[in-house]
Amino acid sequence: MPFSGAEILFDPANLARLGEGLIVTVRIAAISIVFAFLFGMVIGVIALSRSGFVQIPYQLFLQAIRIVPQIVWLFLFFFGFARLLGWNWSGETTGIVVFSIWGAAEMADLVRASISSLPAHQTQSALALGLARSQIYLHVLIPQAVRRLIPASINLATRIIKTTPLLVLITIVEVLKVGQQLIEAKILTNPAAAFWIYGLIFVIYFLICFPIAVLSRRLEAKWSAQ
Amino acid sequence: MRKLSGFAAVIAAIIGFSGLPALAADAQDSIAAIKARGFLKIAVFSDKPPFGFVDKDGKNQGYDVYFAKRFARELLGDENRIEFTLTEPANRVDLLESGRVDIVLANFTVTPERARRVDFAKPYFKTAIGVVSNDKTPVKKVDDLQGKKLIVIRGTTADVYFSKLSGIELVKYDQISDAFQALRDGRGAGLAQDTTLVLAWANENKGFSVGVGDIGNVDPIAPAVRKGNTELRDWINDTLVKLGKESFARQAFDATLKPYYGNVEPENLIVEGGNF
Repeated sequence: MPFSGAEILFDPANLARLGEGLIVTVRIAAISIVFAFLFGMVIGVIALSRSGFVQIPYQLFLQAIRIVPQIVWLFLFFFGFARLLGWNWSGETTGIVVFSIWGAAEMADLVRASISSLPAHQTQSALALGLARSQIYLHVLIPQAVRRLIPASINLATRIIKTTPLLVLITIVEVLKVGQQLIEAKILTNPAAAFWIYGLIFVIYFLICFPIAVLSRRLEAKWSAQ
Repeated sequence: MRKLSGFAAVIAAIIGFSGLPALAADAQDSIAAIKARGFLKIAVFSDKPPFGFVDKDGKNQGYDVYFAKRFARELLGDENRIEFTLTEPANRVDLLESGRVDIVLANFTVTPERARRVDFAKPYFKTAIGVVSNDKTPVKKVDDLQGKKLIVIRGTTADVYFSKLSGIELVKYDQISDAFQALRDGRGAGLAQDTTLVLAWANENKGFSVGVGDIGNVDPIAPAVRKGNTELRDWINDTLVKLGKESFARQAFDATLKPYYGNVEPENLIVEGGNF
C-alpha cells in the first residue's frame, strides 16, 4: 500500500488549517524581509564610514546579532522583556522585530561589502566628473552594488523564511507546527501521516522560495544584459 | 501628587530592571484580576495527544484541556472563557515567569528543579514505568524478567532504572519505533517505557498488553502557576479536592484517555482529588 494514509491530504479541514499556518509564516517572513532590506541598506551605507563612532557600534551590533542564536533573541524579546520591562508584545510582533533586526544586520554587512568591493576608480572618476558625494552613491555606487547584492540577499530572504519554525517557541502556530499537530492527532490511526504532511510542507516551502529565486535570476539576467 | 507618582514610577522601573519579580505581574494573575479580565490564560500542548492536542475541527482537546475547561467553569462560570496558549516542553516555565499565562496544564511533571521556578498545585495525573509484553509470555511483575532480555530506549528513565537492577539483560535501542519493532520480533521478553506510552501502544497492537505499570518512582503531574502566586495555587488545590468528590479525574480519563489506552484500570495513571 504505497499510498496508504495519503487521504490526510485530501481533508479540506486539514488543508484549511495548513493554509492558516502558511499565512502566518508568509506574513511574518514577508514583513521581516521588507524591514530587514530597508534598514539593512541604510545601516550598510552608514557602515562604510571608517570613523570609530560608526565602526565600534556597528561591529558590536553585527557581531552580537551573528554570534547569539536567533532562538535566544526570540526568548529574550518575548519572555525577558515581558518579565523585566513589562513589554507584553504579541508573539507575532516579537517575531517580526527580532527577524527584522537580524535580517537588517546581515543585510547591512552585505550592502557594506558589495559597495566597498567596487573598484576605487569608480568613485575617483565620478569625483573627477564633478559629482557630489550623494550623487556618487545614488547614481554610481548603489546601482552597481545592488546587482552584486542580489544572490546574497535572496539567500538571506530564504534563510529568514526557513527560520520561521523557531517561532513556535514564542507560541506562534505557523505552518510546520500545524503539520505536527495534524500528524500527532493521527499517530495511532495513520502512522504514514508524517510522510504525507512533511511531504506537502516540503512542497509548500519550495513554492514560497522558488519564485524569489526565479525573480532574482531574471533581475540578474536583465541587468547584466544592460 | 505629581511628584509622588513620578517617584513611584522611578521605583517601579528600578524594581523591574533589577530582575526582581515585577509588581505589575503579581496583579495580572491574581484571582480578582482574572475575574476582571473575564478569561483564564492557560498554556497547553497542541501536539501531544491524548493530553493536549488540536482535533480535526481545530479545537483544543485532551486530558489537560478537559481540566482547563472545568477550571474556567468553576472560576468564571463558563468553560469557554479560556485563552489557550500553545506551549512546548522547553518554554513552560518561561510562560509563567513572564506572566504570559496564569496556569500551565501541559503534562508538567513535578521535579525539584522546576519547583524552584514555578509553584505546582496538587497533582491530577501520574506517570511511572510500565512493561508491555507478548500475551503468550506475559510479564506481570518485575521478577518475571529475571534471567530474561528487556528492551529499553537508551537514556530514558526506564533505561536508568533497570540498569541498576541485576539479573535482567537490557537490549537498548535509540528509536522508539525500532524498540517496538524489536518487541514484535521477539528480541526481548518485554519492553519498558513510560506507562502512558506502552499502554497506548498495547491498545493498538493486538496480542500485547501491559502487565505491570507502576515501576520505579511514580512521578506526579500537576498544574503550575507563577512562583509566589499562592492565591491561585490554593484555589486550584481546593478545586481539585472538590472535583475529586465527583470523580472528575475518572470522567476526564473516560472522555479523553480511554480511546487511546483501551480498557485499562486508570488507577496507575489518574490522581483523584489531588490525593497523590
